[in-house]
Amino acid sequence: MSIFLPELALTLMALTFFIMSLANPKFSVVQAVALMMAVIVFLISIASYKSSGMLFFDAYKVDAFSQIFKIILSFGFLIVVLLGAGVKNGLKGVSKDLACEYYMFLTLSVAGLVFLTSAVELLTIVICLEISSFALYVIIPFRYQGGYKKQMEAGIKYVMFGALATGISLYGMSYIFGVAHTTYLDKLVDIIPTIIQGQAVVIIGLILMLASFFYKLAMFPMHFWAPDVYEGSANETAGFIATLPKVGAVALLIRLVTLSGLEPNQITWILGTLAVLSMTIGNLSALVQKDLKRLIAYSSIAHAGYVMIAVLCVNNLGYESAIYYVAGYILMNLALFYVIYNISKNGENVSFEHLNGLYKRSPLLAMILAISAFGMAGMPPTIGFLGKFMIFTAAISKPLYAIVILAVINAGIAAYYYLKLVRAAYISCEEEVPAIKLGLPKYIMGIFFIVSILAAGMFPQSLMELAKTAVNTIL
Amino acid sequence: MMEDYLILNTLSYPILSLLLLVPFIGAIVIFFMKNDNIIKLWTLVITLATAALSLPLFFNWNYDTAKYQYAEKSDWFPFLDLSYVVGVDGISVLLVLLTTLVMPLCVLCSWTYIQTRFREFMVVTLLMEAFMIGVFISLNMVLFFIFWEAMLVPMFLLIAVWGGERKDYASIKFFLYTLLGSVFLLISIAALYIKTGTFFIPALMVHDYAFGFQMWIFIAFTLAFAIKIPMFPFHTWLPAAHVEAPVAGSVILASILLKMGGYGFLRFCLTMLPDATIYCVPYLIFFSAVSIVIGGYLALGQSDIKKLVAYSSVGHMGFVTLGIFLLSDIGIKGAIMQMLNHGITTGALFILIGIIYERTHSRELTVNSALGMKMPVYVTFLVLFSLASFGFPGTNGFIGEFLVLLGTFQQYKIAGVFAIIGAILAAAYMLRLVQKMVWDDSDGHAHPEEDSEHILTDMNFREIVTLSFLLFFVFWIGLHPKPILNVMDTTVEHLVAHVDSAKKHYKAPGGHGDGHGDGHGDGHDNGDDRGHDKSHGDEKDEKKHEKIENHSSLFELKTDKTITVVLK
Repeated sequence: MSIFLPELALTLMALTFFIMSLANPKFSVVQAVALMMAVIVFLISIASYKSSGMLFFDAYKVDAFSQIFKIILSFGFLIVVLLGAGVKNGLKGVSKDLACEYYMFLTLSVAGLVFLTSAVELLTIVICLEISSFALYVIIPFRYQGGYKKQMEAGIKYVMFGALATGISLYGMSYIFGVAHTTYLDKLVDIIPTIIQGQAVVIIGLILMLASFFYKLAMFPMHFWAPDVYEGSANETAGFIATLPKVGAVALLIRLVTLSGLEPNQITWILGTLAVLSMTIGNLSALVQKDLKRLIAYSSIAHAGYVMIAVLCVNNLGYESAIYYVAGYILMNLALFYVIYNISKNGENVSFEHLNGLYKRSPLLAMILAISAFGMAGMPPTIGFLGKFMIFTAAISKPLYAIVILAVINAGIAAYYYLKLVRAAYISCEEEVPAIKLGLPKYIMGIFFIVSILAAGMFPQSLMELAKTAVNTIL
Repeated sequence: MMEDYLILNTLSYPILSLLLLVPFIGAIVIFFMKNDNIIKLWTLVITLATAALSLPLFFNWNYDTAKYQYAEKSDWFPFLDLSYVVGVDGISVLLVLLTTLVMPLCVLCSWTYIQTRFREFMVVTLLMEAFMIGVFISLNMVLFFIFWEAMLVPMFLLIAVWGGERKDYASIKFFLYTLLGSVFLLISIAALYIKTGTFFIPALMVHDYAFGFQMWIFIAFTLAFAIKIPMFPFHTWLPAAHVEAPVAGSVILASILLKMGGYGFLRFCLTMLPDATIYCVPYLIFFSAVSIVIGGYLALGQSDIKKLVAYSSVGHMGFVTLGIFLLSDIGIKGAIMQMLNHGITTGALFILIGIIYERTHSRELTVNSALGMKMPVYVTFLVLFSLASFGFPGTNGFIGEFLVLLGTFQQYKIAGVFAIIGAILAAAYMLRLVQKMVWDDSDGHAHPEEDSEHILTDMNFREIVTLSFLLFFVFWIGLHPKPILNVMDTTVEHLVAHVDSAKKHYKAPGGHGDGHGDGHGDGHDNGDDRGHDKSHGDEKDEKKHEKIENHSSLFELKTDKTITVVLK
């Protein structure tokens, strides 16, 4: 049981909130408990980094690969919880009465994702995926803000697309099961690559099966929900949806795309096309956005394309760079959401006008915004640069020249809207604007974002070592 | 094997790392300072300290080797063969010195020019200095790229925050233009790594690549460097950026940033991709000649002083690329001299424009006319630097242009004619500028000083010191360029020998027959306009082939002298 500790801790955390929700405790208590338990989960997942083994009739595999994803997930969770902590009116966008339930569903969603990273059997994968999605379906409409209705639309959209994606995935899995007579990934990985050539049913099955993960990753053609859901949900919820589910999706994509075999084949080109379309559509749509969350949504569609390129390389460097990239991505994204969260006074959406004079209102927030925007654009020496660089290196070694060239052109397009963010925050502002006060914990958190985005870009050694051991266990 | 190319630093301190660190730490310290005046002084002290620190590079220079001197290396990220390797050779050391010497002047000329957000301005300036030095000293491709790309951020902010009226447009155009160039640089770096398994620049230089591969990489590199330098038709970002940038931004842009394009050509294209370079020489010579003429022609029609100088930069950098792609000793030396000279004189001209802008708040030629009576000291400097800018003998501008022209006429006479036209245009627009600004009073324009808000005072002590420093270099290089030529001598000889050895075994791709050569009795003279005439692909190559043979015999003397540093 000891190898199952992080999962147990998360389940316990969800249960605690469930019990607390019956008693209707004070908000500050709920927050303190959430914070404490998130820290505990994070520490436990670090401590169980070395554990490995099989559970539940070999459907659940604990290895270095899953453990590093669990660390990333619990780390992201901790940051999301921290977003609302340290201030009196934390959880700005969510009704205070629902705080217990909010944290409970959030925890359940993380638990689903954590299960997902270890799942190595198709049905287990579907169940884990559903656990994490269902929890999110519930908390999107939790947004509370006088007169604001869009959260309902967002919730419905998320459910509909989620249901559709799961349906398609199950359909694809039925093909795979029909051909291979097994649902265990370790058996499939022996069978599928040998029969994939010339077997349209296998290719179609695999691609359809990936639909759920495209949905989680917000990748073309399952990306339509992203802008509306980001916009409609509360800032802290959007910060969660924008980051953690993507980590889980990448973990599973790596496991599943490995099924297609090491040699480039039709799957590579289909996924490559989807990746390029995703980048192009995401970037072009992001150019004209006014709402920051919508902009981030479109940019995340584009980033999904980059991650996909890394994954479809099906080699060590590709997978390592995918892990590195996704770790950097959630860091930068959470930094952006941290800025949004603190600019927004009562949990309302933030648009470009709100950034006016940000350098005066809070130099720290302006700097975090600039550094994470430049990082997302792939400027050195941030974590975003090395991630992109390694993805390109992996893709060229494959060699996928056409995809790389389209990807770098996209990087050029993307730079424009990230620059717009920076410019909006730094452009001179004559009028008097109220300063944004950050408490000491917030301040420390902000410094942490800056330092980690830069440091992970300049000294990538340890993070890459982790990624390397992780990838070695699955390839 | 890394040590074969490096001479490790023997000074008692890590000089190159310190050059990177001092401005960087200086920038961080500024965050903790409150008073604007102290920040000013502190930045000046930091830039002066960096300049002083860089001087030993020159005084302890080893003239007998083409290896990279003062080198330092340590592992950084062995996973991808990323290591921290820095060193300078005869080319980069001059550019490092140019950077460190120009930066204090940038601080001085912003002393009163920058009114708002002083602290951020100084931070950005110091970061800029660190990144620029990093570009010139990096010996690892990725390290180079990191500095190259990181530099865009402070430059973008310089234009976007402290720029003129159209700063939004100019800053974004600058950023996107250069970024688009460098993303292709990035994938070329990745491709080179896949091919060779290393990012170490000297090791990449001695590797043999297939011709097709070279061409692809060459196209990507050329795009990046041609945008940076900038070469026609990629020059359109430059006038916008120059005009809108604050004076220090313009100086940095003109004096140092543009040099990076030339440096890139010298460091990467010629050495790593000699076959592709030789193949593409006619086109690049063509575009250089066009840049020279177009730059001069456009400068002639400007009424905005800053725009005029910006276009003149396009012409001057045309001389640089022309010199580089002569692939001869004399041409490359001329190109490097031209880079340094342009850095000095154009930097000075931008400072002069900043000075007048502070007084009249206009960059229009008509507003800033007839200054001779009111600002005698100012116009003295203006005339001297203008003379230097169009290459008047005795000034530094003459040396570079003369060497390039000399080399051009030895090989490509028609390109030489275009260059001469460009040089004449340069004299024309600079003299027009001088005539208007110093004497012209004919249009009856209301004098600025008649408005109560503009008071025309002559240059103050700080401004005189700033410009005198540059003036010293104008005459030093103009009258006695030997010390500087000596520094680059060995490196350039080595570089030319490297390209020559590629020429020896160079075969134009596609296996052209031998029958073409005879058909061209008029031979080498009109070979120059090949760039215009793209329809005769085969004959073109043939002629070039001939040309190359011819050229190497011209320079036999030089190649004999080539030192015996054997790279393989």
